[in-house]
Amino acid sequence: MELFTNQVLAGIATGAIYACMALAVVMIYQAIDHLNFAQGEMAMFSTFISWQLMQWGVPYWWAFPITLIISFAGGIAIERLLFKPLAKAPVLTNVAGFIALFAIVNSVAGLIWDFTIKQYPTPFGTSPFLGSQLISTHQAGMIGVTLVLLIALYFFFQFTRIGLAMRAAAALPESARLVGINTSWMIALGWGMASAIGAIAGILIAPVVFLEPNMMGGVLVYGFAAAVLGGLSSPLGAVIGGFLVGVFENLAGTYIPGIGNELKLPIALALIITVLVVKPAGLLGRPIVKRV
Amino acid sequence: MTAMLNVKDLRAYYGQVQALHGLSFALDEGSLTTLLGANGAGKTTTLRAICNMVRSTGAIEFEGKPLTGRSTENIVRLGIAHVPQGRGTFTTMTVEENLQLGAISRNDRKNVVADIERMYEHFPVLKERHTQQAGTLSGGEQQMLAVARALMLRPRLMLLDEPSFGLAPLIVRELFKILGKINREDKVTILVVEQNAQLALELADQAYVIETGRIVMSGDAKDIATNEDVRKSYLGY
Repeated sequence: MELFTNQVLAGIATGAIYACMALAVVMIYQAIDHLNFAQGEMAMFSTFISWQLMQWGVPYWWAFPITLIISFAGGIAIERLLFKPLAKAPVLTNVAGFIALFAIVNSVAGLIWDFTIKQYPTPFGTSPFLGSQLISTHQAGMIGVTLVLLIALYFFFQFTRIGLAMRAAAALPESARLVGINTSWMIALGWGMASAIGAIAGILIAPVVFLEPNMMGGVLVYGFAAAVLGGLSSPLGAVIGGFLVGVFENLAGTYIPGIGNELKLPIALALIITVLVVKPAGLLGRPIVKRV
Repeated sequence: MTAMLNVKDLRAYYGQVQALHGLSFALDEGSLTTLLGANGAGKTTTLRAICNMVRSTGAIEFEGKPLTGRSTENIVRLGIAHVPQGRGTFTTMTVEENLQLGAISRNDRKNVVADIERMYEHFPVLKERHTQQAGTLSGGEQQMLAVARALMLRPRLMLLDEPSFGLAPLIVRELFKILGKINREDKVTILVVEQNAQLALELADQAYVIETGRIVMSGDAKDIATNEDVRKSYLGY
């Protein structure tokens, strides 16, 4: 029983990271109808920036917000320079753009910081949380930071003017323009926010997976699985999907013989395919009905 | 009276296809004008061209300012509200959020709350349903919401694209009555595109008739309504 509880809690902790990545993916998907394959690499790059700041002597809790601001600006810059010009281009052109972005960010990170694995600090420590062996303080911190982020995002989208404008621009761009919303900037803002959310995910997971240019590869696949499971059109679904995938991954790795740690990743891929076949809209997404 | 909107030699294109062939017309400030014509005559395209939602050439001036080269959202911010065909309702949002969105480009936040109340007076059914998702409203209610959302901009000019479409005759009459009231009391200049010529001519004071992208007739709504030839050849009733 203790093993089970332990695995569920650990699953929720990593699930929090998947939820962040899924949320970042969904935000960009809502804005431009494309999956950002480079979301993980952008998060990795942000994590390196925070690491570099700390190497220069900036304390953790200063490096954290500075990195978020840089990531936010970086996300906007990527949208303005690369994806705004591609707005009317065919799907495949956009996919090529994302893959290019993936490769470029990955290589540049390797060039600047090389591919050796680096330790990444946690401000929460790794002692048992509240004296219990079930979960560590860092894992509890991951869950806590994610919950604060989710609540903040909820209030932003539900109760602020700009949040309302962003929702409108994502739901019906033409109608949004007709009430005077600059939809193009709303998309850029979505990119900035997705990039900053990814940075949070990267910074939180780095102490667990260690810092290196390929650290987010697996995490992003789980993030995609979470987004697909929850429904690509639903931010809430993405978050729930993230936690579910985290728990599911851990339990499957523990209890299904033969899966173990090595086969955990294919589980995420199998999950994506299963959801797409059985319930393409995901748990909370709305089915897309097109009139032809 | 001075012309509020001046359209000169408007030509619009969908890809290679030309939809408007040199349209010219003017709207007087405070007027209620209707643009009539059969299916495919170019009525919707005309409205879309005014808001730069379709590629076009020619000159459009609103209160002396040229609209050419401005983005849709900038044109809207000048005070031109456009109720598009199909109403453009934000169906996943609540009725109240739809109204807030109508005023989203305004900076006088305090008056917006009062304006929402005013809309609820104009359209009591919206007040009853203000927390409901807009997609759950009936067609007539959604059209009321679309008009209310447009009014939340406090527009100087309102463009309506077939507001009667898909609505029961009784509801259309009610809607048109409200439009007349808005025009008189709130001093909003209105341009309404309609296929329901009979009703539109009762409501409007000016009318233009277009056919295949050209204006073929213009004048007093009453004159056009009583002109047998026009009615038979262009309006089909």
